[in-house]
Amino acid sequence: MAHATAAHDDHDHNPSGWKRYVYSTNHKDIGTMYLWFAIFSGLVGGFMSIMMRWELMEPGIQIFHGLAHMVYGIGDSSADAIDAGKNMFNVFVTAHGLLMIFFMVMPAMIGGFGNWFVPLMIGAPDMAFPRMNNISFWLLPPALILLVTSMFVEGSSGTFGVGGGWTLYPPYSTSGQPGPAVDMAILSMHLAGASSILGAINFITTIFNMRAPGMTMHKMPLFVWSILVTVFMLLLSLPVFAGAITMLLTDRNFGTSFFRPEGGGDPILYQHLFWFFAHPEVYILILPGFGMVSQIIATFSKKPVFGYLGMAYAMVAIGLVGFIVWAHHMYTVGMAADTQAYFVAATMVIAVPTGVKIFSWIATMWGGSIEFRTPMLWAIGFIFLFTVGGVTGVVLANAGVDRSLHDTYYVVAHFHYVLSLGAVFSIFGGWYYWFPKMFGYMYNSTLARAHFWIQFIGVNLLFFPQHFLGLAGMPRRYIDYPEVFAGWNFVSSIGSYISAFSILIFLWCIVEAFMKKRVAGDNPWGESATTLEWTLSSPPPFHQFSTLPVIR
Amino acid sequence: MRKLFASLTVLGAALSGAPAAIAAGLGQPVEWQMNLQQAATPVMEFIRDFHNGLLILTTVICLVVAGLLIWVCVKFNAKANPVASRTTHNTLVEVIWTVVPIIILIGIAIPSFRLLYLQRDFPAPEMTIKAIGNQWFWSYEYPEHDVSFDQYLKTKAELKDGEPYLLATDTEVVVPVNKIVRVIVTANDVLHSWTIPSFGSKIDAVPGRLNETWFKAEKEGIYYGQCSELCGKDHAFMPTSIRVVSEDEYNTWLATAKTAGVEQAQQQLATILKTKGKLALGAAGASAN
Repeated sequence: MAHATAAHDDHDHNPSGWKRYVYSTNHKDIGTMYLWFAIFSGLVGGFMSIMMRWELMEPGIQIFHGLAHMVYGIGDSSADAIDAGKNMFNVFVTAHGLLMIFFMVMPAMIGGFGNWFVPLMIGAPDMAFPRMNNISFWLLPPALILLVTSMFVEGSSGTFGVGGGWTLYPPYSTSGQPGPAVDMAILSMHLAGASSILGAINFITTIFNMRAPGMTMHKMPLFVWSILVTVFMLLLSLPVFAGAITMLLTDRNFGTSFFRPEGGGDPILYQHLFWFFAHPEVYILILPGFGMVSQIIATFSKKPVFGYLGMAYAMVAIGLVGFIVWAHHMYTVGMAADTQAYFVAATMVIAVPTGVKIFSWIATMWGGSIEFRTPMLWAIGFIFLFTVGGVTGVVLANAGVDRSLHDTYYVVAHFHYVLSLGAVFSIFGGWYYWFPKMFGYMYNSTLARAHFWIQFIGVNLLFFPQHFLGLAGMPRRYIDYPEVFAGWNFVSSIGSYISAFSILIFLWCIVEAFMKKRVAGDNPWGESATTLEWTLSSPPPFHQFSTLPVIR
Repeated sequence: MRKLFASLTVLGAALSGAPAAIAAGLGQPVEWQMNLQQAATPVMEFIRDFHNGLLILTTVICLVVAGLLIWVCVKFNAKANPVASRTTHNTLVEVIWTVVPIIILIGIAIPSFRLLYLQRDFPAPEMTIKAIGNQWFWSYEYPEHDVSFDQYLKTKAELKDGEPYLLATDTEVVVPVNKIVRVIVTANDVLHSWTIPSFGSKIDAVPGRLNETWFKAEKEGIYYGQCSELCGKDHAFMPTSIRVVSEDEYNTWLATAKTAGVEQAQQQLATILKTKGKLALGAAGASAN
C-alpha cells in the first residue's frame, strides 16, 4: 500500500479541461462519465419505446411508415413506406433492447455507481488499474456509435438496420439480413463486451487487493458484494457471447457453417451459447440493484442490514445458479422433456435466495425508524415491483405454462417488471441516494418525489396490462395486432406517456439542483449512513484516502 | 388469517376469469381478455387449471409482501418508532423464509412436471400434418394423403362473415374432432414458431430440423394462432388457422381436396358448415360455452 500512496503523490496536479475526462484515470470522473453516458443512452432507448407505444396505441400502422419516410426518405408509394415502417419497428425493438441493456443499465450500475463507490466503500484511493478503467469507458462511445449507425445502413435487402431482436438469432441475423448493419451491431457488441470484461477484471482486482486495513470480505458493504458477484458473472459469461457473435460474423462473411443447417450447423446451438451468456446477463443487470437497495434500506431504517451474511451469499448463490438455467428461454425449441424438466427445477431454485433477499429487506425495515426520504421511496417501490416481476418469473419457469406464454406480451411484462421497474428503480434510488455525495448539491426533494410517484403510476399502467395481453395470446415484437387487443394496448400506451413525463421531471430535477447549488453537506442522511463514502466531503476530494482508513 | 385467505381466493378466482365476457375466447381472443384462451384440448385444459392455481398463489404472495411493506411503513416509521432496534438476526424466521418457499416450489413442481410430460410424451398419432414456416406465410402438408397448400393472411378486403383481421387466413387447415393429430414443424428460411393458443401447443419452426408437437381438439370450431418467433418485416402478418370439424365433414373435405384441390374443398366445406349453422363456431365465444 505504501507504493500506492507514493504513486498517488505524483498525480497531485489535477488535469483540467477536456484532458481531465478524455485522459481520465480517476475513478470518480470515469464514474461520472459513465452516468452521463447511461442517461444519454437511456433517453435514446426511451424515445424508441415511446415511438413503439405510440405505434401500438391503436391497431393498424400509425406512425412508422411516416417515420421511415422521414428518416430514410422511402415512400414513393405508400406500400413501400409501410414495408419500410414494418422493418423500422423491428429495428426499434432491437435497438431499444440493446441500448437499455448494454448502454444504459450496465454503464449506470457497474460503470457509474460501481466506479464511484466501490473504491470509496472499501477505503481505496482508486481502482486497481486506472488506465484500463479509462479504456473501459472509452470503448463504449464507439460501440454506441456503431450501433446507432447500423440503423442507417442496409440490413435485410432493401431495408435499413438490424431487425432481429436483441437476441440476434440466426438464420435471420445471418442469411436473413445480408447487409452490413448486422456486422456493425455485432462489432458494437464486441466493443461493449470488451469494455465490460476489462471493467470486470479491474473490479475483481480492486476488491480483492485494495481493501483498507480491517475491511475483511465479511465487512464489505453489500453494494461491494453485489458488484463483486456481478463482475465475476460478466467475466465468465461475456467470452461465450463474444464467441457466439464471432461465429455469427464468420457465418455471415467467411463461409463457415456454425449455425447454418445447409452446412451441417445448427441455429439452436447459437441460442444455447447466447443464453448461456444472456441469462447470467439478466442477473448482472439486477444484482448491483440489490446492493444499492440494501444500502438505502439500511440507511433510512436506521438499522444494519438484517442477515448480512445471508444477503451476501444469497447473491453468490443467485450468481452460481444463474449459470445453469439458461435453456428456460428455449422451452419451445423442441428440447427433450427430461432436459426441460431439469431446467424447470433449476430455475425454480433461484426463487429461494431471491425470497431470502426480499424478506431480509423487509426484516431490515422491521423494528427500524424509517424515514421516507426520496431514495427510500424508490427502494420500497423496488421491493414490491421486483416481487411482482419475480412471481411471474416463477410462472414462466414452468415449461408447461411457458408453452402458452413464450414469446407473448406476458414475457415482456415479466422482464420489464424486473428490469424496467426493478433495475431502473434501483438505479434511480442510487442516483437520489448518492447525488449529494457525487455532486455536492442537494436536489429538490419535492421534484424527486413527484418523479417517483408519477413514474410508479406510469410504469405500472404501462406494463401490468401487458400480462393480460400475453395471457390472451398476443405475441411480442408485433407492429400490428387484432382489433380485440386494442383495449389493453391503449392503456399500456397511456402509461408509457406518463412515465415519459416523469423522465422530464427527472431531468429538470438535475438541472434545478445544479442551478440552485444547495450545499448538501458531507452526510445529508445522518449517522445511519455508515459506509465510508459518507466520511468524505461532498463531492469527495479528487484523490481520497491518501492515508488509508482503518476499519475496526 | 383464514378469512383473509378465503377472500384472497375469491379475488384470485375473479382475476382468473370468472366474468363470462372475459372468460370467452375459444380459438381466438376477445376484447379486454385478462386470462388464457379457452381450452380445446386436454393439454390446454391442464395449462389453464395449473395457471389459475399459480395465479392465486402468486397473487397471495404479492399481497403478503405488499401487506408486510405497508405494515412496517406504518408501524416502524420514524414518528411511530423513534428509536430503531439493532436486531440483525433471528434464526427461526430465517429458516422459515427459506423452507416455506422450498415447500411451495415443490408443490408447484409436481403438477408442473405432469403437465410437461403430458405435452412432450407424444401419444400414438392418428394422423399427421406438417407445418412449414416461410417469410411470411405457413405451408401445410398432409403427408399421408398427398395434400398440400400455402396459407396466407387475409387482407382486410378479403375478410367476410366477421372474420378477425390478422388472424383469418385464405386457406384453413382442416382436422377431425377428437383425433390425436401429430404436427411436424419446420421452416424454409428463418426461425418461425407455430402455435394455436387454444390447443396449448407452441413449437419453433427451425430450418434443418423437424420439430414435433400434438393436439387432440375436442371441440369443433375455428382456431387461430400467430407466428411467435421474430422472423422479419411481416412477422405480425403470418397467422395460421385450423378448423376442427366432425369426422364426416373432414372426410368430405379430404376427398375433394385430393381430387379437385384445396380451394374447391374449402368452398364445399364452408357451404356444408353454413347449412348446419356451424361456420362461425368458436368465433368471439358466441357458441363457445
